[in-house]
Amino acid sequence: MPEMRDLYQETILDHNKKPRNFRAMENATRKLEGFNPLCGDRLTIYLHIVSDRIEDISFEGNGCAISKSSASLMTTAIKGKTLAEAETLFNQFHAMVTTPLNQTPDVAQLGKLAVFSGVREFPARIKCAILPWHTLHAAIENKQELVTTE
Amino acid sequence: MDLIYPIPTLKHPKPQPAPFNVDTVREDFPILKELIRGKPLVYLDNSATSQKPLKVIETLNRYYRAENSNIHRGVHYLSMQATQAYEEARLKVRRFIHAASEKEIIYVRGTTEAINLVAHSFGRQFIKEGDEILVSAMEHHSNIVPWQLLCEQRGAVLKVIPMNEDGELLMDAYASLLTEKTKLVAVVHVSNSLGTVNPVKEIVRIAHSRGIPVLLDGAQAVPHIPIDVQDLDCDFYAFSGHKMYAPTGVGILYGKEKWLEQMPPYQGGGDMIRSVTFEKTTYNELPHKFEAGTPNIAGGIGLGAAIDYLNTIGLDKIAAYEHELLQYGTEELAKIPGLRLIGTAKEKAGALSFVLENVHPHDVGSFLDMEGIAIRTGHHCTQPVMHFFGIPATSRASLAFYNKKEEIDALACVIRRVREVFE
Repeated sequence: MPEMRDLYQETILDHNKKPRNFRAMENATRKLEGFNPLCGDRLTIYLHIVSDRIEDISFEGNGCAISKSSASLMTTAIKGKTLAEAETLFNQFHAMVTTPLNQTPDVAQLGKLAVFSGVREFPARIKCAILPWHTLHAAIENKQELVTTE
Repeated sequence: MDLIYPIPTLKHPKPQPAPFNVDTVREDFPILKELIRGKPLVYLDNSATSQKPLKVIETLNRYYRAENSNIHRGVHYLSMQATQAYEEARLKVRRFIHAASEKEIIYVRGTTEAINLVAHSFGRQFIKEGDEILVSAMEHHSNIVPWQLLCEQRGAVLKVIPMNEDGELLMDAYASLLTEKTKLVAVVHVSNSLGTVNPVKEIVRIAHSRGIPVLLDGAQAVPHIPIDVQDLDCDFYAFSGHKMYAPTGVGILYGKEKWLEQMPPYQGGGDMIRSVTFEKTTYNELPHKFEAGTPNIAGGIGLGAAIDYLNTIGLDKIAAYEHELLQYGTEELAKIPGLRLIGTAKEKAGALSFVLENVHPHDVGSFLDMEGIAIRTGHHCTQPVMHFFGIPATSRASLAFYNKKEEIDALACVIRRVREVFE
């Protein structure tokens, strides 16, 4: 039986309370809004990309603890990465949270982001965890439209 | 005009309800014995859909095992049985909401379809460019979007009755919004996200004094309040079966005969016609004019069974008990530090919406879910209400007569723990 702490681990509670890189960015080269119409979670991702590298990343918005901490942890993991490395991480994160419950997710490359593997026990919340990542992914692809989880 | 298949008149003795006992009625709902994540189910999401009593479940079971047949078209035994059961259920609905005639009871899929039916059919006949339709600030999306679509089509204008911070409609503003251009007022009886019981009788009276018809969205009212459409004098009353202990996929549009007679059919097809040639089709009598195609027969019969069940308890007793429970819940939740109730109208039914300081409603919902407590979190299909209060979402516990004070205590206890975790 899953316990609440499987989902709300200390790292998640900490990043929810004190989100990292939680600010608007004036010199952003890309900016994109993500929206989960089911929850009303709404966040904006800011990127400062120099040649092929994400020199800076930040976010703003309103959301549940899962989406907020996921965005916060994502920014710490992504900062300084190349666009290709960020895309790889997006794919690995996506694969982890959508791994069926009867299989063990591959978290080898994910570091702290592995705390979100517990979200698989709560299907309604997978979208919360993945919203910032989808928004980042779309921003990297230079999409201009609002990203939604629906 | 008679129904196509006349229904024998049955004598319906008024049931004599026993004193209300929550433990007794809980026995009627098998799902309440389920364990959720290893814990007893505490079901507080009744505004989304109610649970079904054994009487309804068994009615559906028996219908499909022994009575299933199409209605209004067979000469064979089962078809006549099914037709009779379906039409009898219509009579039960008529009595339940005190309509003047069964011609005024139209089967639909649910409240949403009922409102869309009026928007299409009444709209096509009576709404022209420059006309105004008046809704309220606390409508469900299903009583906003159909009118927006109609307004777009016709070049009409949607106006909104404002509300105050308690979630009560501003009646002076309402009266001043009614003009010679207003062609319809469409207002929710009981708000799904705030729990407000609107003064609908007064709303109807004021509109009628200016010759304007009124549609009431009764989806959240019928499970909680005895309804008398003739006393309310509303022109249309829309509701769903599944929120009043009946199956999903069946609902009712009540409409005054004088309007329904003037309105064109909503959908074309079988059952709604009298005769069809390629040159000319004549339509069936009310209510069948609005019921194209094979309907949700089992659902209709199930709705009748739900009404029978509610009558054995008595809606006045249900209303009294639920009021007590709502009072208790309001008091207990108000004691929790950092909790703010959204929807504090004087007259309320059914819903306890709230926000918790520093905790998003979805996190509240997941914590409660872990304890087997089912509530709804989100915007409740009332995004304008969320905008009004400046919040993205609320947590909503919504009550039925099978809920107990102990369940409210369990709810309050877990909310306090959530607060601690997020401290």
